[in-house]
Amino acid sequence: MGRYVVRRLLQMIPVFIGATLLIFLMVNVMGDPVAGLCGDRECDPATAAQLRKEFGLDKPVWQQYLTYMGNVFTGDFGTAFNGQPVTELMGTAFPVTIRLTIVAILFEIVVGIVLGVVTGLRRGRPVDTGVLLLTLVVISVPTFVTGLLLQLLLGVEWGWIDPAVSSEAAFGELIVPGLVLASVSLAYVTRLTRTSIAENRRSDYVRTAVAKGLPRHRVITRHLLRNSLIPVVTFIGTDIGALMGGAIVTERIFNIHGVGYQLYQGILRQNTQTVVGFVTVLVLVFLVANLLVDLLYAVLDPRIRYA
Amino acid sequence: MRGATHARWAACAAAAALAATACGGGGGSGGDTGAVLSSSWGDPQNPLEPANTNEVQGGKVLDMIFRGLKKYDPKTGEAQDMLAEKIETSDSQNFTVTVKDGWTFSNGEKVTAQSFVDAWNYGASLKNNQRNAYFFSYIDGYDKAHPEDGGEQSADTLSGLKVTGPRTFTVRLSQKFSTFPDTLGYPAFAPLPRAFFDDHDAWVKKPVGNGPYQVDNYTRGSQMSLRKWEEYPGDDKAQNGGVDLKVYTDNNTAYTDLMAGNLDLVDDVPAAQLKNVKNDLGDRYINTPAGIIQTLAFPFYDEAWNKPGSEKVRKGLSMAIDRKQITDTIFQQTRTPATDWTSPVLGEDGGFKEGLCGEACEYNPDEAKKLVKDGGGLPGGQVKITYNADTGSHGQWVDAVCNSINNALDNDRACVGNPVGTFADFRNQITDRKMSGPFRAGWQMDYPLIQNFLQPLYYTNASSNDGKWSNEEFDDLVDRANAEPDTAKAVGLFQQAEEVLRDEMGAIPLWYQNGSAGYSDRLSDVELNPFSVPVYNEIKVG
Repeated sequence: MGRYVVRRLLQMIPVFIGATLLIFLMVNVMGDPVAGLCGDRECDPATAAQLRKEFGLDKPVWQQYLTYMGNVFTGDFGTAFNGQPVTELMGTAFPVTIRLTIVAILFEIVVGIVLGVVTGLRRGRPVDTGVLLLTLVVISVPTFVTGLLLQLLLGVEWGWIDPAVSSEAAFGELIVPGLVLASVSLAYVTRLTRTSIAENRRSDYVRTAVAKGLPRHRVITRHLLRNSLIPVVTFIGTDIGALMGGAIVTERIFNIHGVGYQLYQGILRQNTQTVVGFVTVLVLVFLVANLLVDLLYAVLDPRIRYA
Repeated sequence: MRGATHARWAACAAAAALAATACGGGGGSGGDTGAVLSSSWGDPQNPLEPANTNEVQGGKVLDMIFRGLKKYDPKTGEAQDMLAEKIETSDSQNFTVTVKDGWTFSNGEKVTAQSFVDAWNYGASLKNNQRNAYFFSYIDGYDKAHPEDGGEQSADTLSGLKVTGPRTFTVRLSQKFSTFPDTLGYPAFAPLPRAFFDDHDAWVKKPVGNGPYQVDNYTRGSQMSLRKWEEYPGDDKAQNGGVDLKVYTDNNTAYTDLMAGNLDLVDDVPAAQLKNVKNDLGDRYINTPAGIIQTLAFPFYDEAWNKPGSEKVRKGLSMAIDRKQITDTIFQQTRTPATDWTSPVLGEDGGFKEGLCGEACEYNPDEAKKLVKDGGGLPGGQVKITYNADTGSHGQWVDAVCNSINNALDNDRACVGNPVGTFADFRNQITDRKMSGPFRAGWQMDYPLIQNFLQPLYYTNASSNDGKWSNEEFDDLVDRANAEPDTAKAVGLFQQAEEVLRDEMGAIPLWYQNGSAGYSDRLSDVELNPFSVPVYNEIKVG
């Protein structure tokens, strides 16, 4: 187990370097960001050169990348164009997005798995068909439609929530945005759980457990659910990273100043430091989440062993 | 003190004209002077320093916390003395400035001649990376403090600035510029307190100025709370207790928040809501002209666009654009078809001349077709209009313009849009002279002068002459206008220069842009100034 974890951690290094290099190159290909800094006019050449020097843009790309990575290992992610250190931007953006992600993941786990179990156990019944239709609708309607509709109905028409989240972004304010963000994944979790449960219901160990006379809830939670959760855990694990990086639409609609917002601004302003910094952290989140998912397999199914 | 009483009278007259409220009673009548309003905001792109701010969002704050030598009347755009007691010159090149007595920064420090000279030297010096440094380029010694050719900076200060007393200083320009005093209302010319230089980081975190408001709390990227500065010595005191500027990721959300009653003021009504805004807000919707003009510029460095006869093609394209229809349908009348190269906010005395463009800006498909044919046809058989697709929904109107051109020329392929991903990339292609056809150009004035609409954009090698248009006669007329001390005559010369621009069709004027805003029923006396920024200090709450 220990060796497995170490090996996985070592494998992360090339993935990490490759991913950051790709992002670095992609942002660089977009051209000279200083051109956009002076508004609808050309920066005077001297100031532009000075700014390029300050942001290290006057050096060749490989050198920029090396310096950048060197700095990252000392915890310095550079400075955004508005003079703010990127770490400071992260310090304000990540807590907000993490809270939003937690709300979304909780929705996925609680609502998604419960619905999945219920429909999986009652295959073909009206409940199953109803939820099936509902998930179809949720999957096919784009997030921004759901978001704008909920915002308009709950925020403006009925006045139950504030349409825009305040800058503190407390948990309570994030419930509706979290639900919107989770909606599509939630539908997938329901579907996955349902299929998995329905399949495993007929397996030998479930039959044995029932034959042993175990109470129904124990059969479902300890035997059926535990084994059926493997694909679901895989999905939720990878979804953590996707939710954090992909919240741009939801964050825009509800005025949440999180990672999505900072990334969007960074790309608009072609701010290499911001974009690469945030993506670097997101890559780390992805990698760690994947590792955790793999380790969870062993917990869920003792037959899986890591050497 | 004559200046002071004069200014007070002017402010009262303006206030009376705006709202017909009594003046001189002190404090606001009707409104609650302690109440705070909330307003939408965008994250400033650059660090918040006077000479480093070149976009509306940062400018909004500077307008609230700073007062300079001059101030532009929110109604007429006229430059009026603010901190300047007098600015004298005998030759349009050497100016003596006297600063009014009794002004302080909100931290108690006195505003002196030194406060201005230090600030201007800081703004001009290359090593401070100020994006607006070129504002000081008229002052003598700029080439030493800010060598534009990439040479070594040989001076930290401008030799043209000299402090001659606690309240007086002299300015020597490198060329004659009669309207120079009128440019001094621009925020880049604001005075700075010692705290700015002594502890720069702390200042940027919480700016200190000398305007009607002071910064109470600033959380970057999310909110700035400004509160009325009670000891403000000026006569344009805040009529409310303060303003909370809230950063919105999307102006649609800000508008929704206004509808839900969580926000008092939105100063940028999203295009998608323009259809409903009159129903939603009634007369709480403002749509007034601002000093912004949109044009199509041409790459004059490209042979194909700069050969004899191509002015006919350019004029033909201009006549093929149905401006009225586009401004009515796409912009819901928040733009006005342009008939000259300036802006209506200048007023007739300031140089705006309706119809100066004449028939060249009127929709006439038959004539357009004929002119394009006479001029040798479209270069390469097709024009591509380049624009940046990331902001401002430019794609919509470019498609409409192309549609109009295609219809007029009876050719489905005469014009297509050519989107560029980001604004920075768009600017890159312009700087690298990579444009192969007309491209989107826009100009938001720095100060309400006709000079500002012509010289930076069309003078040979000027800072914003993106198309690299060059014409000796035009340059000569601009030089003569700048040297002319009599304002009316100077404006006349500028208009003559504009006629040269018209005859050559150096750029196609499209439309003047309006500022738009909407507000809640808690507020009254909401106005937009010619820069399309709300006049916050006049707003009454309750």
